[in-house]
Amino acid sequence: MIYLKLIWEFIKIGAFAFGGGMATIPFLQDLAERTGWFTQEQLADMIAVSESTPGPIGINIATYAGFSAAGVLGSICATLSVVAPGIACILTIARLYDRFRTSGIAERTFYGLRPASAGLISAALYALALITLVNPGKAGLAFFNLKPLALAAVLFALTNLAKPIKGAHPVLLIAASAIIGVIARF
Amino acid sequence: MNIYLKLFSSFCKIGVLTFGGGMSMLPMLRRETEFKRGWVKEDELLDWFAVSQCTPGIIAVNVSTFIGRHVAGWKGALAAAFGMVFPSFAVIVAIAAFITSFSHLAWVQSAFAGIRACVCVLVLNAAVGLVKRAVVDPYTLALYALVFAGSAFLDLSPVLLVILAVAAGIFLKILKERGRKA
Repeated sequence: MIYLKLIWEFIKIGAFAFGGGMATIPFLQDLAERTGWFTQEQLADMIAVSESTPGPIGINIATYAGFSAAGVLGSICATLSVVAPGIACILTIARLYDRFRTSGIAERTFYGLRPASAGLISAALYALALITLVNPGKAGLAFFNLKPLALAAVLFALTNLAKPIKGAHPVLLIAASAIIGVIARF
Repeated sequence: MNIYLKLFSSFCKIGVLTFGGGMSMLPMLRRETEFKRGWVKEDELLDWFAVSQCTPGIIAVNVSTFIGRHVAGWKGALAAAFGMVFPSFAVIVAIAAFITSFSHLAWVQSAFAGIRACVCVLVLNAAVGLVKRAVVDPYTLALYALVFAGSAFLDLSPVLLVILAVAAGIFLKILKERGRKA
């Protein structure tokens, strides 16, 4: 039954994704491949919508993914499941608060967890770039999706070099990109 | 107003007024819970933020759970957490239904092609920040590279990779601490 499967999959994501909303992306890519509930393109759209709407990205993405898989009831299952492990964990830790913070366990766990999280997000980015910026089936110049690639390069330069744009809200960048996409017929 | 309702509505408000979650919600959270309601003190809030980043799941929901529990026990925790979740949930369900019915139009597809290029850059910037914090020595660099390769090229499950990396990390960290003592 799809709802039970959604609950199980999103509890796993909630329990193993560390470091905020973007950390759920590699798990969702894996989920898309295994279940076919949504495509990699749809996932990219979900990220954009989640970045442009209020609230934590992790919640937004889970709600959207659950909705794509099984409608409103699906989005309820996905959202509640993705937050459940964190809430359970916090309620437990709140009792043992001081011991947790000062023990070496947290520090040792994080030593391997942080690079793993970074590695997973980088791999997610790699998969995202493959469907967005290049055409894997073609050779030569046709291999590159020139317009989106140029837009991405300009945005990367602007968000890292130009001071006023560095702090710009993602929703502004997304809106600008949508307009450029329509005008330049991506 | 009942304290649970107050918690729910306060966190609803924080949820509506923050974009992006995580650290970006800190200013709003402080205004609502510290200055206006006096539920927490600043250093407590920062401590809880730190713990919430170290626990699995959505950082914003974890912080809300902490504050709610502090104010009114486990029922307060649930009221705060659901308050944080509710507005994003409602907005996304409305938008998702809307987008599904428009996605076949050519100009909508062009717009999303542009947006996807932008998403690549947003994820890239997030990844760069994360790598800077995570990769601090040759061991963590090796873990980073192995997890990347395992996920990107071998298609291993992220759950498996996280478990293996944590185990390897604990082992390497203890080795490092021993080495320093000897």
